[in-house]
Amino acid sequence: MATAVLAVPRSVSPTWQRFREALRRHPTAIVGALVLMAMVLIAVLAPWLGTTDPLALSPVERLRSPSGEHWFGTDMLGRDVYSRVIYGSRISMTVGVAVAALSIAIGLAIGLVTGFVRWLDAVVMRVMDGLMSIPSVLLAIALMALTKASVGNVIVAITLAEVPRVVRLVRSLVLSLREQPYVEAAVAAGTNLPLILLRHILPNTVAPLLVQGTYICASAMITEALLSFIGAGTPPNVPSWGNIMAEARSMFQLAAYLIYFPGVFLSLTVLAVNLLGDGMRDALDPRLARRM
Amino acid sequence: MIVYILRRLGATLIVMAVVALFVFSLLFLTPGDPAAVIAGDVATPDDIQQIREKLGLNKPFLVQFGGWVVRLLHGDLGTSIFTNLPVTKLIAQRVQPTLSLTLLTLFVAVLVAVPIGVIAAAKAGTWTDRSVMGFSVLAFSIPVFVLAYVLISIFSIHLEWLPVQGYRQFGDGLWPWLSHLILPSIALGTVYTALIARITRAAMLDVLAQDYIRTANAKGLAPRAVLTRHALKNAGVPIITVIGIGVALLISGAIVTETVFAIPGIGRLTVDAILRRDYPIIQGVILLFSGIYVLINLLVDLSYRLFDPRIRY
Amino acid sequence: MKVVAVSLRALALGLALVATSASAEKVLRFIPQADLRILDPITTTAYITRNHAYMVYDTLFATDAKFQVQPQMVDKWDLSKDKLTYTFTLRDGLKFHDGQPVRSADCIASIERWSKRDSLGQKLAQSTEAWTAVNDKTFKLKLKKPFPLTLGALGKLSSNVPFIMPERVAKTDAFKNITADDTIGSGPFKFVKEEWVPGSKVVYVKNTDYVPRKEAPSWAAGGKVVKVDRVEWIYIPDSATAAAALNAGEADWWEQLPPDLIPLLKKNKDVRVENIDPLGSLSVMRFNFLQPPFNNQKLREALLYVVNQKDYVLGIAGDEKNGHPCYSYYTCGTPLSTEVGAEPLKGKRDFDKAKKLIQESGYKGEKIVIISATDQPIVHAQSLITTELLRKLGLNVELQAGDWGTLITRRTSKEPVEKGGWSIFHTWLVGPDMISPGINMGLVSLGEKSWFGWPSDPKLEELREAWFETSDAAASKKAAEAVQLEAFKYVPFIPTAQFILPTAYRSNLSGVIIAPVTFLWNVDKK
Repeated sequence: MATAVLAVPRSVSPTWQRFREALRRHPTAIVGALVLMAMVLIAVLAPWLGTTDPLALSPVERLRSPSGEHWFGTDMLGRDVYSRVIYGSRISMTVGVAVAALSIAIGLAIGLVTGFVRWLDAVVMRVMDGLMSIPSVLLAIALMALTKASVGNVIVAITLAEVPRVVRLVRSLVLSLREQPYVEAAVAAGTNLPLILLRHILPNTVAPLLVQGTYICASAMITEALLSFIGAGTPPNVPSWGNIMAEARSMFQLAAYLIYFPGVFLSLTVLAVNLLGDGMRDALDPRLARRM
Repeated sequence: MIVYILRRLGATLIVMAVVALFVFSLLFLTPGDPAAVIAGDVATPDDIQQIREKLGLNKPFLVQFGGWVVRLLHGDLGTSIFTNLPVTKLIAQRVQPTLSLTLLTLFVAVLVAVPIGVIAAAKAGTWTDRSVMGFSVLAFSIPVFVLAYVLISIFSIHLEWLPVQGYRQFGDGLWPWLSHLILPSIALGTVYTALIARITRAAMLDVLAQDYIRTANAKGLAPRAVLTRHALKNAGVPIITVIGIGVALLISGAIVTETVFAIPGIGRLTVDAILRRDYPIIQGVILLFSGIYVLINLLVDLSYRLFDPRIRY
Repeated sequence: MKVVAVSLRALALGLALVATSASAEKVLRFIPQADLRILDPITTTAYITRNHAYMVYDTLFATDAKFQVQPQMVDKWDLSKDKLTYTFTLRDGLKFHDGQPVRSADCIASIERWSKRDSLGQKLAQSTEAWTAVNDKTFKLKLKKPFPLTLGALGKLSSNVPFIMPERVAKTDAFKNITADDTIGSGPFKFVKEEWVPGSKVVYVKNTDYVPRKEAPSWAAGGKVVKVDRVEWIYIPDSATAAAALNAGEADWWEQLPPDLIPLLKKNKDVRVENIDPLGSLSVMRFNFLQPPFNNQKLREALLYVVNQKDYVLGIAGDEKNGHPCYSYYTCGTPLSTEVGAEPLKGKRDFDKAKKLIQESGYKGEKIVIISATDQPIVHAQSLITTELLRKLGLNVELQAGDWGTLITRRTSKEPVEKGGWSIFHTWLVGPDMISPGINMGLVSLGEKSWFGWPSDPKLEELREAWFETSDAAASKKAAEAVQLEAFKYVPFIPTAQFILPTAYRSNLSGVIIAPVTFLWNVDKK
């Protein structure tokens, strides 16, 4: 006869199931996910999508309108816009995903700790409040002003601007989860802190953090474009969507395609991420779920 | 109530202190010697030492910070490295355009977004609702400057209804002032409007599901009265919260909007300062904007009582 | 829809007329080529500062459209028989904007400050024994040996121009910038420092006390008659926005536009697009000779074989109508221009030879930092082309962009690139600034006393000195060729293109002076 060993029950979030159901009921989220996957594929497969070297210039072919030879036309130095836009997806996706992942990871770590360590909480939250009161683009700009332009520095700058909000979210999650009976039971049973965090708290943060992560991804992609547009983002010769549009500013009335192509790609990608995030958030919010 | 206000003010001060510390540290986090940056030109090592002495850069960090804070409290935000003009003067020169732009945007956004959100909530699930939400997600996703270019292309270049760029003082006349701000406000305000509309809708949906709304309807109150007198007021807290938080969006967006439309405001001052690494200006602007943001959110917090008397301080 | 627009406009106009205090003041709204940041025309060679200085200051002598030096502030001048003593007498009625009369002491102090920085001025100073004031209106220059270019130096057209400032201001250290408070000159305009908004607006008003010469204006010489009451420099960094402003009549004159945007303005019958500069301008790629890797001659030489001027022409000027290659260290189209020694730059592009030279130079992968300015299309286009070129050669190159103000500050740094230094910057010079070994500041190779980059080549200096000694056209040409031959070996900089920068102004403006420098006097607005 098998004796059931009384182990501390693992928390299985009921939200996971509701999550998957709701996603099925949200076609827009599916569309978003598909578009996003397409963008990721484009970014990964860039060299094989009929592109040429995005940095290669050929001034003799400058400012050609879209044609059979240059699908999106050429810019003022004769660079192929199609190739630049396709390779630009790499920058935007990299920045978006990296910032989302990093800020979630860092925010989670800080939030978990402050949720449980009282004195640290007070200090850290004041610092986070301070950082949050600086508008994020301004904060990212200021951080970029400290260093030279590079994709890595842009990622760090935007991450630092997004972390405080994640910390806030995780902290509030931890604070509310701490009161849950099964957590109190675990504490009473003498389980040590790391185990509590790992088994009870962490699993319940995954879903809301995923949602937050998608929003951060979208926001980071737009912020990178904004930064590059004003000249405080990726280095000028790197073909990020923001840079392509920045360089095309003066030519807008004569070669609007230079702004429209990267603009459409950026908007579509951000839209896809936002739709996905919306779908996930609706799925997670029990009140909204009930309303369906 | 007074105790609450004092407590919040205290918290605000601490937050501003953190911001101030961060902002002050900016100069020290730079690679290279800030004195060398300031000395610029063909400066000899002696010149750089002189500047270090003058700025007190050889004193310990906390002493310098203290001195800076004292100067700050006297209204001295430092001097621009490139123009040798006091930062406060530079900011004061640029306040009117930015203020005009952001206030106008705020006003129009709230005026447009709240009704839209209410209507979407009232017609939840219908095509009206879906299209409103659809538009709002779209508005979220298009970067400000892309939208700005599209607007300029349509309204300034093709239709020639509105000017392409620039800013006219309010004293130059109402229409010149307004006409130069319409497109920038639309571009800047779109994201803000979308955000407010969404939250308004969500908050309204929450409230409309409440029992007291059912009672009001059962009482025979007209639907519009239900919406405005009962629902909207109770939904006020999250709505006004997001309006406050959204100010950060406005500030960030103003920077790019001013660049595209050539509005000589604080946003453009910031961009120029960033490109030039003119740290005193960057520091001053961050302090200013953070201060405003914190103040607005404090006011938002204090206004909760107006919307929900149940909230006790 | 047009009706709506028109009636909206009419309503607006009505409102505006009622609301504003209508003044009959003539205001000229000018879009300058850059943002005015530094007000001191002696410490910087930046053209925007030079243009500002031409507004508020005056000069002893000035260059006219025939390249002849004419007296401007000077009434009479005299040269002694032994060619060693000049005597100058100032015109009557010259006053500074603070009401003080212009005295000899002011002129002498200004010239001395200028000669500490300017290459031609340094040469003049070498030959100078003393400047003495005879009285407030007359002063003498005593030379150690004859210096035929004296008046040419004093009447120099472009950077650095020996503008005359009050003595106390001119006593400022030549390496420290003067401030807005000290911007007091005796020129045809007064600088309104209260209305200066750095990054946005500079305001000048007519100097009603200015006494113009009686002659007709000709480049910087002749009578500087101001026909408007007020001039506003509105800096618009975005070219498309500037074009729109000009089209809409929100600005009257756009100093320089990227040739690409000409089609935007050509459609408008109220706007005139002209080539204001007969000689054109030359773009240059300048190296940092104090730091690796470009302190190595072989590496610089390697670049000569791969720089394709045709690419730079297109990148800067858009098409061949507005620019052409110029394989010379002197402005093409001027007497001394020649292609002697230019084969490496002019011949077929040879990447193999370049790679061989790079190897021979012992290049070990040192980082090359190209500093650029995104708000200066000519500079930025060159930077992008060069970056790509160096990348193709397999060199370790990084492009760092700020704005022009940052660039002109950063180029003063002699540090290694890890400490904020630079390896290459690009800029351009107007035709008159590159017509001879004497004027071309890029050729000065006196180490730290040279233009930014600080090349050091005794041979080049020797040949330049030799040019200064020549007295007739034939000898001058030969000496200039010798200088160029050495320049193509030492490579103090690489000329990348010659181009014309169009200017555009509304048709209600008249009296625009066609010159390599933009002058705002003589312009009237209807």
